[in-house]
Amino acid sequence: MGNYIGKSVKRVEDKRFLTGKGQYTDDIVLHQQTYASIVRSPYAHANIESIDTSAAEKAVGVVAVFTGKDFADSGIAGVPCGWQVNFKNGDIMKEPPHPLLVADKVKHLGDAVAIVIAESKEIARDAAELVDVSYDVLDSVVDPKKAAQPGAPLVHEDCPNNICFDWELGNPKSDVNAAIEASHHVTTLEFVNQRVIPNAMEPRAAIGDYQAAGDKYTLYTSSQNPHLIRLLLCAFVLNLPEHKVRVVSPDVGGGFGSKIFHYTEEALVIWCSKQIGRPVKWTSDRSEAFITDAHGRDHVTKADMGFDADGKITALRVETYANLGAYLSTFAPAVPTYLHGTLLQGLYTTPVINVDVTAVFTHTTAVDAYRGAGRPEATYLLERMIDLAALEMEMDPAELRFKNFIPAFDGVEQEGYMTQVALQYDSGDYDPVLKKALDMVGYDDFRAKQSALDNGKLIGIGFSTYIEACGIAPSAVVGALGARAGLFESAQVRVQPTGKVSVYTGSHSHGQGHETTFAQVVADRMGIPLDDVEIVHGDSESVAFGMGTYGSRSLAVGGSAIVKSIDKVLEKGAKIAAHLLEANADDLDYAGGKWTVKGTDKSIAFGDVSLTAYVPHNYPEGLEPGLDFSSFYDPANFTYPFGAHIAIVEIDKSTGKVELQRFIAVDDVGNVINPMIVDGQIHGGLAQGIGQALFEGAIYDDNGQLINGSYMDYCMPRADDLPSFEIDRTVTPCPHNPLGVKGAGEAGTIGSTPAVVNAVIDALWSGGHKVKDVKMPMTPERVWSAMQSDQA
Amino acid sequence: MIPSKFQYKRAESVSDALSMMSDDAKLLAGGHSLLPAMKLRLNQPDTLIDISRIEELKSIKDEGDHIVIGAAATHHDIAHSNLVKGACSMIASGAGQIGDIQVRNAGTIGGSLAHADPAADWPALVIAAEATIRVQGQGGPRDIPAASFFTGFYETALADDEIITEIHIPKLPAGSSSTYVKFVQPASRFAIVGCAVVKNAAEGEVGNIKVAVTGVSEMAYRAHGVEDELMGQVVSDESIDRAAARATDHVDVLSDHYASEKYRKHIAQVYVRKALETLK
Repeated sequence: MGNYIGKSVKRVEDKRFLTGKGQYTDDIVLHQQTYASIVRSPYAHANIESIDTSAAEKAVGVVAVFTGKDFADSGIAGVPCGWQVNFKNGDIMKEPPHPLLVADKVKHLGDAVAIVIAESKEIARDAAELVDVSYDVLDSVVDPKKAAQPGAPLVHEDCPNNICFDWELGNPKSDVNAAIEASHHVTTLEFVNQRVIPNAMEPRAAIGDYQAAGDKYTLYTSSQNPHLIRLLLCAFVLNLPEHKVRVVSPDVGGGFGSKIFHYTEEALVIWCSKQIGRPVKWTSDRSEAFITDAHGRDHVTKADMGFDADGKITALRVETYANLGAYLSTFAPAVPTYLHGTLLQGLYTTPVINVDVTAVFTHTTAVDAYRGAGRPEATYLLERMIDLAALEMEMDPAELRFKNFIPAFDGVEQEGYMTQVALQYDSGDYDPVLKKALDMVGYDDFRAKQSALDNGKLIGIGFSTYIEACGIAPSAVVGALGARAGLFESAQVRVQPTGKVSVYTGSHSHGQGHETTFAQVVADRMGIPLDDVEIVHGDSESVAFGMGTYGSRSLAVGGSAIVKSIDKVLEKGAKIAAHLLEANADDLDYAGGKWTVKGTDKSIAFGDVSLTAYVPHNYPEGLEPGLDFSSFYDPANFTYPFGAHIAIVEIDKSTGKVELQRFIAVDDVGNVINPMIVDGQIHGGLAQGIGQALFEGAIYDDNGQLINGSYMDYCMPRADDLPSFEIDRTVTPCPHNPLGVKGAGEAGTIGSTPAVVNAVIDALWSGGHKVKDVKMPMTPERVWSAMQSDQA
Repeated sequence: MIPSKFQYKRAESVSDALSMMSDDAKLLAGGHSLLPAMKLRLNQPDTLIDISRIEELKSIKDEGDHIVIGAAATHHDIAHSNLVKGACSMIASGAGQIGDIQVRNAGTIGGSLAHADPAADWPALVIAAEATIRVQGQGGPRDIPAASFFTGFYETALADDEIITEIHIPKLPAGSSSTYVKFVQPASRFAIVGCAVVKNAAEGEVGNIKVAVTGVSEMAYRAHGVEDELMGQVVSDESIDRAAARATDHVDVLSDHYASEKYRKHIAQVYVRKALETLK
């Protein structure tokens, strides 16, 4: 361990954020900037009969108004999808266009029909109300299972039964059916993993700035991956020369996945800027965010898990309808398939698994990756099934898990574990996380207390032992699975003449604290002070093509790319040092910021070497000047964090209100660079996962209206809803990346949701209410109803 | 979230405010109901008349057998007033349960009463306290008993050209007690059910009890059925059960995605019982 790695170094970016000096997209004001307001459909499904923009165009201060018709002859089809999944029969998935502005038929509440550009945001907003759109309202469908039935209203005319694709993974269905048939016990559960709305603190924003003089475009956008946006924008939407386009994602206030995707507004502001010759800024308001940011989850699932008499899992069969919303968002097809089906092995030795997914269009906002993306859905399924099986078989849920855990393997001496669903786990040791969590919770005491309780309350305990695949991902693997992009990362380490270090990373920080964590890695590896390191990200003009941040990949992939560049710097530095020390490079040690000739006190400092690299008067023959290296790192495998979460809840029998009393999380995210930041990631993830269990959930009515599209109705978890989390770790290093890290961004969200639901079910069973399921979010009424419908 | 264009005027006194009023003007106090509605363009007044800085509307005074709370007193001021606590404790404790600390620091009693949100806390509190709401119009002041102030869903007896100026809360006699309990909608923290109870009683027996309920119906109401079951009775588990069962007598119970009619009715009974039990 060096001076920084493993230490809770305070976040260097926080000074800027806490003093209001952050620079978010909406903070940027360009010369001659205009403001856009988007006219959105108030209906989920309607033909546009006419649009009259004349009143808006005449309003004082309005610069321009554009509608879908303006794109009709432009050849601009809309934003593309970045992941292709084929039907079981080999046909390519249905990929209907997602226009920048809709000309003929709106397909979800909030679909964009016109853009009004004005001298101020107030004028733009007022003028947007003057755009007169006449709609012929049509029937809509919001539930994925209903949407897939014959006769359901169609979202896209050329997608029969609204099906985008169907997909299957794992062992042959006949084998799985036979194993289920032959099982001693089968646990069956039908459930909904409800739609949630990401709600990043900063609403999305974009500024398009076209400069005719150099024929150059700049897009400022609240994105998690500016380079990908640039590629999609240039090559697939507007057909622009990529070298003439700069995409900047400055400070970004949270993403949770919802800012990965290429949104129509990004292309729209660039296109509009070119039309009017001035910069165009669009900033989403919160109401708009609720209906236009891509949503998460929304699976309707039926699962069967078979067991032998001893409690060993014999088979798993899963059928899921996944709601994609009205349009295919950038990575939507990957979420219910390769990020969900591939995780259904969990931590268990289940010998045969089959998962069958039907992906469906509905008249709702698009659904895509949201913190965890597919893996929370898989974990929810597995962990609900195994806890329910324990109740049904009257076995202890912790014991049942120990019985089924995959034995420990380090990925070095023992090979990685090959699952039935296409993945090979890197390293894992699963007993210790659950043992540690059980110790922390005081399991035996809890059960004694539970059976003795008599105060108008019920208490319950719920478990979740999860695995996830992150650090995405090997490009060749994801390419074979349908990704239309690589998933490597770039890093440039530029040593300045004075020995100060600028690091350009293709990862993007929107809350993760990369400016601190990455600097800790650089400072330790290079033996220099943390203050001598600056992390630069989020600007396609300064940073080499990178893939951005999502899927808990920044440190595992982006950090590894930085390490590669550091290695190159030190290797070249050693040659310069050897020359100056009149020694052989092989005879040098590098430590503490200096090269020393082994066994002597002859040494030279890093700063002297860096200066020599740029003032190469006395310099090795044939060696290029400079000390500046770029690298691209493409990982060998995903990484596989895992952990054990335990929730303890209390239910008020008179109201059904659930109080989360304790939450214990023992996570193994591999090596840890900054424990405080990892704890923070876990805490935030837990709050979101618990939020889904108890509070959050989009509610659409049958007309496709989102009836809880504000904070007055959509319940985000707040500090006073949550207990102080009790968290701990085990450390099983990743064997295939140089830092041994696995990723911590999503673990909390992935593991926590089923633990809370299982705890409520356990409490209900302890009161004699043997219900299989309570729908999420588990509102007081739902829990109370469960107690009424199944009286003890 | 940008409101349509409006004029802003600041009133220095009640008479000043009255002179500024017009059909397309709205009074602005704490702004915690009005401004969100304006940002969503559900409400588009031409003019806002800011009455939040009128000193005469902000005071809390002792006037012998009752206290007078200025209409522009904030929930926070009321929650922390010893005068209020001493006069009728639930008025203070109820004020302290409104929204969150930011809401309580800005929101006012008068603004909340005038808005008449069916899930707001104040309506139940002023009805159970048998408060009087003093309003001022061009023709001078008039007093409206809290029981007849609320006339429907977001509707009150306040005329368009009137301003609420004072809320008169009778002091409870010695030996009385009061309480406010609330089951919250978790997102908005408004009441699904709020129940205010004032009990003037000798030892054991209930002499005079007033029960008011908010959140359950299109407007807060006095639960006479509950009171009838307890009047003159010895308070016992049985009498409380009988009383709580009548929590929603003769009212149309609201239903929404968070609480159905059946559930809301049940919670009304649970929270009426809870309120009564604290007064045992």
